[in-house]
Amino acid sequence: MSGSAILLQFLNGLASASSLFLVAAGLSLIFGVSRIVNFAHGSLYMLGMYCAVWLAPRTGFWLAVPLAALAVGLLGAAAEALLLRRIYKAPELMQLLATFALVLVIRDAALWAWGAEDMLGPRAPGLAGALELAGGRFPQYEAFLVVLGPLVLAALHLVLTRTRWGVLVRAATEDREMAAALGVNQRLLFTAVFALGALLAGLGGALAIPREPASLGIDLTVITDAFVVVVLGGLGSLPGAFLASLLIGEVKAFCIALGYSKLTLAIEFVVMALVLAVRPWGLLGRPAAKAHGDALAASPLRFPAAERLACAVLAALLALAPLLSGEYGLVLLTDMLVFALFAASLHFLMGPGGMASFGHAAYFGAGAYAAGLLVLRAGVPAEAAIVAAPFAAALAAAAFGWFCVRLAGVYMAMLTLAFAQIAWSIAFQWDALTGGSNGLIGLWPSRPLASKAGYYWFTLALAGLAVAFLWRAMYSPFGQALRAARDSPLRAEAIGIDVRARRWAAFVVAGFFGGLAGALFAFSKGSISPETLAVPRSVDALVMVLLGGVQSVSGPVWGAALFTWLSDFAAREVAYWRAALGAAILVLIVALPQGVAGIASRWKSSR
Amino acid sequence: MSMRPFGILVLALLTGTSFAQSNPIKIGELNSYKVFPAFLEPYRKGWELALEEINGSGGVMGRKLEIVSRDDGGTPGDAVRVAEELLARERADVLMGTFASNVGLAVSNLAKQRKVLFLAAEPLTDKIVWQDGNRYTWRLRPSTYMQTAMLVPEAAKLKKKRWAIVYPNYEYGQSATASFKKLLKQAQPGVEFVAEQATPLGKIDAGAVVQALADAKPDAIFSSLFATDLQKFVREGNTRGLFRNVAVFDLLGGEPEYLDPLRDETPEGWWVTGYPWSELNTPEHRRFRDAYQKRWNDYPRAGSVVGYASVYAIAGALKKAQSTDSEKLVDALAGLKTPTPFGAVIWRAIDHQSTMGAYVGQLARKDGKGVMTNWRYIDGSQVQPSDQEIRSLRKE
Repeated sequence: MSGSAILLQFLNGLASASSLFLVAAGLSLIFGVSRIVNFAHGSLYMLGMYCAVWLAPRTGFWLAVPLAALAVGLLGAAAEALLLRRIYKAPELMQLLATFALVLVIRDAALWAWGAEDMLGPRAPGLAGALELAGGRFPQYEAFLVVLGPLVLAALHLVLTRTRWGVLVRAATEDREMAAALGVNQRLLFTAVFALGALLAGLGGALAIPREPASLGIDLTVITDAFVVVVLGGLGSLPGAFLASLLIGEVKAFCIALGYSKLTLAIEFVVMALVLAVRPWGLLGRPAAKAHGDALAASPLRFPAAERLACAVLAALLALAPLLSGEYGLVLLTDMLVFALFAASLHFLMGPGGMASFGHAAYFGAGAYAAGLLVLRAGVPAEAAIVAAPFAAALAAAAFGWFCVRLAGVYMAMLTLAFAQIAWSIAFQWDALTGGSNGLIGLWPSRPLASKAGYYWFTLALAGLAVAFLWRAMYSPFGQALRAARDSPLRAEAIGIDVRARRWAAFVVAGFFGGLAGALFAFSKGSISPETLAVPRSVDALVMVLLGGVQSVSGPVWGAALFTWLSDFAAREVAYWRAALGAAILVLIVALPQGVAGIASRWKSSR
Repeated sequence: MSMRPFGILVLALLTGTSFAQSNPIKIGELNSYKVFPAFLEPYRKGWELALEEINGSGGVMGRKLEIVSRDDGGTPGDAVRVAEELLARERADVLMGTFASNVGLAVSNLAKQRKVLFLAAEPLTDKIVWQDGNRYTWRLRPSTYMQTAMLVPEAAKLKKKRWAIVYPNYEYGQSATASFKKLLKQAQPGVEFVAEQATPLGKIDAGAVVQALADAKPDAIFSSLFATDLQKFVREGNTRGLFRNVAVFDLLGGEPEYLDPLRDETPEGWWVTGYPWSELNTPEHRRFRDAYQKRWNDYPRAGSVVGYASVYAIAGALKKAQSTDSEKLVDALAGLKTPTPFGAVIWRAIDHQSTMGAYVGQLARKDGKGVMTNWRYIDGSQVQPSDQEIRSLRKE
């Protein structure tokens, strides 16, 4: 590479870093103060883009940018005041579910308002051309972004360190209960921070329009990138987010420059995994302040006799389903069972284990691919492949989990996501083995299981036994040690429980059953592709668990059934089904902050 | 008296059909409407128009056609469930649709398992008619290989020595690149490929990619980028002067879905495959365009043609088979000639690919909009590998 090429690629990296930082900064601020993992941040960015593209011909580009940012900021304030404020008392992850529902609603709202076609914004007036630089050409607008990133960082830094409001924000980031006890008006502070974060997301989106068309898929792309930056930099740390943006921007630019463009599919996750392995709190992060009164620790795990009886009766009824239901009913029920098992396996990590995973699809996919490869490449019969596949998934879980259990909270969750993304990119690109982006095709079980009813009974038996085992395990000495480690790691260590070893074992168990769900899924569909281990699959599992209630025993199974049925039903009956699904989730959350299974306990306590 | 016969009677009166005819032929349609709306909304309008036309002229075999349409969620897992629902609950006689290759292949495999005709309308993957082809699956659009092969003769004519390639990193981009390199090497021995950029779909880092391509100092570029990736690439390339004195070939770049958003950025002189809807004045296209504009108050896109022609193909197969039996329909499609806005196409028995072609031409700007100039139609039958090659690929 020539010196000029190196310089220009370095500048490219800086420009990408600036745009990454703009969107990550808001996310980091919001998390720092309110502990909300704002899934809708990418959607706010997308709205900023659409608003700016729509406004630009009417007001001119340079006025459209601040207007769009303001509009998104106002929307953020409204979302916080009308929705999120109601559920701060709910378990922490419930807020994640609420913001996920917002993602669904906002995407359909944008489709309704601006239509389906991609909208490329105008070039920025005054900065449309290129600078002649070292024998090459570098766009003026990108040079502007290179300068803007550090300016925004400096401005935020000043606000946070030199104004009274900034001091309050930092106080709340350090210890929000203490800040509240000292009389800081939390409501106002939270709303303001959320609005500022949303404004930054909107600004990032508006400033992106000369480089990138507004399109409907951008929300999820942006949110994963932003999460990576925020976690890599250290949650709540703006300088950390800036450093992380620089690192990722430059690494990507030089991957492309040096001819390793295929690596860019997952390089940010590789970087994040490497950094987190060495620095468990990110580049500039600090261990999180202890949350006083953890919602999870509050309730012991109850599995009342009535709930058990209901489950047993349901299992018996389900066994009769093939006699009563049509063929499609069985297809849907099989899906529900598979996802119920998948959700139950994730719940084992999240509930008793207290470890949220954003990448549980890795094990679902590992099981599915192991089963598929055994059948297609090794000629093993489907039944044997289903038995063997969970072991492959458990192996993957053991390898990934070894690293993950060394971290805590959102850092751990993001490391699970990183591993899932790395696994996904391997499945996606290893054409010869995994069939690449098309996946493996032609996985149908043979004779006794070939019929819908046969496969349904088979799935019911395996998934039922597995779920019963997982539930039973919560009350075994292992499960109790795990819960002890969740509620008080220090005390658990003191009475001789090896916390890390138990957590690792929980990872392997969850991976094993996630893999079983994946294998069952593969043969019910006849084909699998990398989507079985992609982000949306992990998010779905998370939503199912949260919808059902992470603190109950059987909740996630109900959550999975409800979510599967809802997405099937809504997709068929409602034109804007994403928005409908999102709205349904929002209503459920506001009405039942403890999840679906919370209805029973609430009803009981009200008697 | 039970209400049920009464209800049917009311239904029959309302729809104005007799009992025998009130039983329509059902086409189960599934597509990723929410994932690829830019391409699929015009596609939906296309098939709705065809459906109205066919039913307006009496339907097929004296029965109306009915299309039950579903969103397939954009993933193979969901699509297979949706297809099962269409077959089991809706009792669809035929399946049609899908967009992404992995979804198309998954549904195609289900069609083979359930022994039901599947007309893969949109997927471009070569595998659906080659390695993973099966008796029940038929594909309308010209494949990745066919569209690449359409561009190669023009590329070879320019006698450029140093080629750079940029493609979205998944099966479509990979196989377009592989086919292009293979075919160009045959047509122009001694050609060099000096740079290759595989960009994540929908996430191209355009600045760095354009710079890396420029550093390789190519004489020509072959791209299979489309949608947002294409728009970002074009704008960065224009600003950074990548396209000056460099010939560029872009697969699909002339389809209105991907060309229109470029507007005044449209790079002049690029060779593309596409659909010059405004200038194509054959009688069959003129009739289609007029009807479409009258019905939707909008101009047709490539997807509109696909949706429209797919329904006519199914109607043609039904008419020839005089039955909704899958086996008879499959046999009827073999060698069948059906009308499309691009002229009649033939459904090849050897690989179940239609001979629908595409237009090869160059991009130009006209009144701040992108158009194709200098275009000509290349029939799908002219860009096929040898029958022997196809047979060995299909393992038949």
